[in-house]
Amino acid sequence: MTSKRYDAIVVGAGHNGLVCAAYLAKAGRKVLVLERRHQVGGATTSEEIYPGFIFSCCSYVVSLMRPWIIRDLELPRHGYEILPLEATVTPFPDGRYLMRDSDPERTRRSIAAFSPRDAEVYKRFGQEMGELGRLIKPLIDEPAPDPLSRDPRELLRLAKLGKHLRGQGDEWLFSNVKIMTMSAVDFLSEWFECEQLIAPMAVSGIIGTFLGIRSPGTAYVLLHHYMGEIDGSFRAWGLPKGGTGAIANAIASSAKALGVEIRTDAPVAQLLREDGDVTGVVLENGDEIQAKAVISGLDPHRTFLKLAGEENLDPELVQQIKRFKMRGSSGKVNLALDALPELACLPGYGPHMQGGITIAPSIDYLERAYDDAKYGAFSRKPFMDVLIPSMTDPTVAPPGKHTMSIFVQYAPYHLKEGAADWPNQREAFGDAVIDTLSEYMPNLKSLILHRQVLTPWDLEQVYGLTEGNIFHGELSLEQLAFQRPLSGWSRYQTPVRNLWMCASGTHPGGGIMGVPGALCAQTMLGKRAV
Amino acid sequence: MPIPTPFHERTQALCSSYRWKDWAGYCAVSSFDSTHEREYFAFRESAGLLDVTPLFKYEVTGPDAAALLARMMVRDVSKLKVGRVAYSCWCDDDGKVIDDGTVSRLGESHFRVTAADPTFHWLQALSRGFDVEIEDSSTRLAALALQGPTARAILQDAVGSSQTGSQIDALKFFGVTRTEIKGIPVWISRTGYTGDLGYEVWSERGEALAVWDALMAAGGPHGIEPVGLDALDVARIEAGFILLGVDYYSSHKVVLEARKSTPHELGFGWMVDLERGNFIGRDAIAAEIKRGSTWQLVGLEVSWRELEALYESFNLPPSLPVTASRSGLPIYSGSEEGRQVGQATSHTWSPILKKYLAIASVRRGFEAKGAKLQIEHTVEYERRKVTATVAPLPFYDPERKRKP
Repeated sequence: MTSKRYDAIVVGAGHNGLVCAAYLAKAGRKVLVLERRHQVGGATTSEEIYPGFIFSCCSYVVSLMRPWIIRDLELPRHGYEILPLEATVTPFPDGRYLMRDSDPERTRRSIAAFSPRDAEVYKRFGQEMGELGRLIKPLIDEPAPDPLSRDPRELLRLAKLGKHLRGQGDEWLFSNVKIMTMSAVDFLSEWFECEQLIAPMAVSGIIGTFLGIRSPGTAYVLLHHYMGEIDGSFRAWGLPKGGTGAIANAIASSAKALGVEIRTDAPVAQLLREDGDVTGVVLENGDEIQAKAVISGLDPHRTFLKLAGEENLDPELVQQIKRFKMRGSSGKVNLALDALPELACLPGYGPHMQGGITIAPSIDYLERAYDDAKYGAFSRKPFMDVLIPSMTDPTVAPPGKHTMSIFVQYAPYHLKEGAADWPNQREAFGDAVIDTLSEYMPNLKSLILHRQVLTPWDLEQVYGLTEGNIFHGELSLEQLAFQRPLSGWSRYQTPVRNLWMCASGTHPGGGIMGVPGALCAQTMLGKRAV
Repeated sequence: MPIPTPFHERTQALCSSYRWKDWAGYCAVSSFDSTHEREYFAFRESAGLLDVTPLFKYEVTGPDAAALLARMMVRDVSKLKVGRVAYSCWCDDDGKVIDDGTVSRLGESHFRVTAADPTFHWLQALSRGFDVEIEDSSTRLAALALQGPTARAILQDAVGSSQTGSQIDALKFFGVTRTEIKGIPVWISRTGYTGDLGYEVWSERGEALAVWDALMAAGGPHGIEPVGLDALDVARIEAGFILLGVDYYSSHKVVLEARKSTPHELGFGWMVDLERGNFIGRDAIAAEIKRGSTWQLVGLEVSWRELEALYESFNLPPSLPVTASRSGLPIYSGSEEGRQVGQATSHTWSPILKKYLAIASVRRGFEAKGAKLQIEHTVEYERRKVTATVAPLPFYDPERKRKP
């Protein structure tokens, strides 16, 4: 029992929870962060799963961490460092490869080996996507616009936004409509002819969703990637030094310097209530802590159904929140390696090993991977995004040894045998991943010192991600902006008085971005809620 | 036409970009790859190996070596213990800076001086009446800088350790030691121009390639990368190191009196000890201290929000030069009339700090930490101003740099 009274309690020390706490503390509020696990970070975590090897177990790259948050919270001073990812290599079964990197001429030549036409179009495509991304960027740095609002200030904002977009001309509107509705493959096929380029580009459209590259709506998710690349020259996109956990630690350190109190190993049992209003939390050990507001860093399902409690909510709302799609579709395999593996198509050491290796050899390959998942099985031949972080940041592995991070899709949470069957299928899933990757890296198996397989089931059990969804809910169009997580509740507030939301399940969504946390804090301060 | 350094055989084989520049008459790599980014991050995250042979080097030996250098340098280098290095500038009789460099005391009566410009004539001119010998060792010695967090581990592996423990571990910040790499005698100093943990390795030119090979082999498991001057330029601005011919000009070279700088104007005031005996420029410096300096070297952080808004008003995303820039930019006072109060001489985007940084000289009265000034920024051929805040130097100062 503590008699201390806080202005706000943040439940869950994920990166958004920490950002939110830091911004509130910066405005002079007294903030307590409570974390269930033994360390901060949530899915933004680095763990030594094998002696001497440090892994970004879940999230593994940063693309959209907003520069203004980095500066506001002085994160570099607290150890925030992002290292460049050099290249993206896509190996093909016939021994050829496509390499795209920061050198536009080298990239052009690499694409030209497959299609001289696409090689020239590629640059223009990047420019146009960058332009499109820049125009909608204001949307991700501000609370979602509310089209139903009658508040004159809100209407003014909408009008301004409308003017901003209309000013871009009809052509822009047309491409925007296309990108909002088309599939990644269809959209890319309007630009490119060669499959070896379309396939690896299209995967950006499906990451974290339970959709295939031919599913409508996936084109939009491509755009999210180009938004990361706008700040690309200023290195928003890259590999966090020390793993993604180092980002959480930097934010936590900045938050502490601003006066935030952080307690780990402090699971919250339930909310404290007075006449329905939230007045604090009760910890699992029975401690009661009072606060003017409680902010949930959990996903929408956990926030509403567990923390707020299904029984305390309007049944209609409960239905809506249950319809909010979580359905995780990806897993992670992390390897400790005795030496650097060889890529059959491009042997030896070089910048290509310092970037991403994308296993996405054809459109049909990716669609077949989705087929397995549709019927409740993990992909026998999955899409994989492979990184060797120790190549750029040697501190994460002993000298000469390496860490490998493999993002794998699809691994559907809902197996046809049921989600609870994942522990039985975990190793078979890991084997499928290693077998597939070995086709491109023949000596991989002989180098493995340790293997960690994280299925969506594990992501739920260990990290509290409902159904293992890495974005706290799919980034599909109907679940974005003023509909994230629910129409009418997209402004970080919940129907429960004094209960707020600050994580990836709110606008603008998932990824290590920090914006939901920052905007939640700014909204609360603006409304004098705390 | 520039000539190759003793490492050229190795560097030219690796320099796939063909990006070279002239450094003191030598061919020096700008960047091995088409951009310097990977090389920059090697300095900050693993280790970068840079050929610094073009530095000018002089051996000063003899009973009066300490006395001669104490007379030449603004810093009292006669107090330097054997095995220690000092960073100092030297002035003309008017107290105007000629150059800056390091002075290493390799033996009781053996010093090595490094300089950015040829300095033999000056050493010789000052040595009249001193019992010393001066050798221009610039071409005899090859030099490599090994800089970055894993530099220590690489040298430990390359040098090995004796029964008395690792010589590299014992080497403190600004220490220098004589040792061997694969049987080749070398001097290793814990110095550098990146503001990071780092060392410089000095060897006879005939053995340069063997030293390079040994370091590259030992560095493999520690992420060693050959690095060019573009990456160094970013790192040295972050570290707040000024460069002769860019951030200030040698009093031996410039025509205009106003272009000359004093130690205090360049942030070298801490080197000056007026209490000791006479040294060249002492009286002029003493008078300047009484009078107050005209200029002050400062660090500036450019407001990214304003820069972004400026580009937005042109309907463009913000953009900066890819490499560190040495084009001078006017600095204006923050007040209404906004008169010009100085110039930025080096500026760069800092990939690690996520800030646009500049090194500038401003008139006295504008140097206070936190002072808001204005820096010129050109967008679409239009000259505009953006707020720049005075910040302490160095911008970036990791603990590992001086850690035992």
